[in-house]
Amino acid sequence: MPLSHRSYGTARVVSPRGRLDHDNCEAFQRDLAVQLDECSREGAALVLDMSGLEYVSSAGLRCLMIAAKQAAARASRIVVASAQPVVAEILQISRFNLVLPVFGTTREALASVSPQAVEAYDRG
Amino acid sequence: MRVRFWGTRGSIPVALTAADIRDKLARALVAASGRRFGSYGEAYAFAEESLPFSVTHSFGGHTSCVEFETGHEEYFVCDMGSGARAFGEHVLARQAGRPATVNVFMSHVHWDHIMGFPFFGPAYVPGTRLRIYGCHDILEQAFRLQQSPPCFPVSFEQLEATIEFVKLASGHPFEVSGLRVTPQLQRHSGDSYGYRFEIGGRSIVYSTDSEHKLEERAQTEAIVGFFRDADLVIFDAMYSLAEAISVKEDWGHSSNVVGVELCQLARVKHLVLFHHEPANSDAAIETALRDAQRLEELTRGKHALRVSAAHDGLEIEL
Repeated sequence: MPLSHRSYGTARVVSPRGRLDHDNCEAFQRDLAVQLDECSREGAALVLDMSGLEYVSSAGLRCLMIAAKQAAARASRIVVASAQPVVAEILQISRFNLVLPVFGTTREALASVSPQAVEAYDRG
Repeated sequence: MRVRFWGTRGSIPVALTAADIRDKLARALVAASGRRFGSYGEAYAFAEESLPFSVTHSFGGHTSCVEFETGHEEYFVCDMGSGARAFGEHVLARQAGRPATVNVFMSHVHWDHIMGFPFFGPAYVPGTRLRIYGCHDILEQAFRLQQSPPCFPVSFEQLEATIEFVKLASGHPFEVSGLRVTPQLQRHSGDSYGYRFEIGGRSIVYSTDSEHKLEERAQTEAIVGFFRDADLVIFDAMYSLAEAISVKEDWGHSSNVVGVELCQLARVKHLVLFHHEPANSDAAIETALRDAQRLEELTRGKHALRVSAAHDGLEIEL
């Protein structure tokens, strides 16, 4: 799964696409770890923009859990934003909304990270 | 074949409290607000038709004990949790003085799965035959230990039934009184074993106290193969997925979400959520069921999966 990203001030928005399940979760895990390393070095928070994700399985959610633990260990932050309705419902059903901060929009997620991040986002 | 649930709770038995009953009554009264009932029958019908299961019933509090009625005169049961006491009463009533033969299949010997055995009435009846099947080397030792001083006043040697322990091996099918049984190693502290039962073209899987990590391909394929095309899978859904892969990771239990995913992969017909968390209220278990049903709906392919939650006293006819 290609993981594109854009930086906004002190935040990096990473955008997975397609389906995330037991078939591709290992590769996603590796790619996400790279993104997290870079965020750590930059002192940036990581916002997962889920708008391009059609489905996430338990194996995919476990990747997010591992990433959240890695982020916490480095005093970094990872938040979720802009999930499509099906994915948003899966996050709620699995109770992931109690584990990771989930925001309706990427802008709201960036605003939770820092004023500079949301200002950079608003400037485009 | 009929499946009868005598105990469905995980870890430790629980009972409704006075506060729980009061809460159910208050919810029923709120739901009935403004209505008038001319008779007990009208009120009963309202409760039956209009109120949720969690208000009118309880999922119950006995630990694991599930009976399979095959039409054979012998009895078949999985685990001897606290539900085994009521199961024993059922056997004694049905036998009406005749000694019974009971085949017991043990997932493992953690306390909540053996604690009902000292209260299993048929064990005290001369002429009764108990065959206790399992894959653990310490199977017999565990049963004897819990009926040794200072844990229990009646020793194992004082039981009147003829008791035989039969060691099984994971992945090796065998037949007992017309029932084909295949054990399957599962991930749990000290190991646990699921059982696939097949008779007359029907198949049931009993899979409790098992943690699944679907990202581990070989293990997932083994479990999917074990569940493949089963009519019914009784599944450990103790935690939410978030709990099962965070604070309760490696505690040896699974979730409603993973139950739906595995059963969809295996094209199972009916998933029954089982081994309910003792801390969960009836309303919480009902929510876990609705969530699982909704997940199935959201992710359904060509194959529809029925999803239920087990409760003490539930009977399912196959």
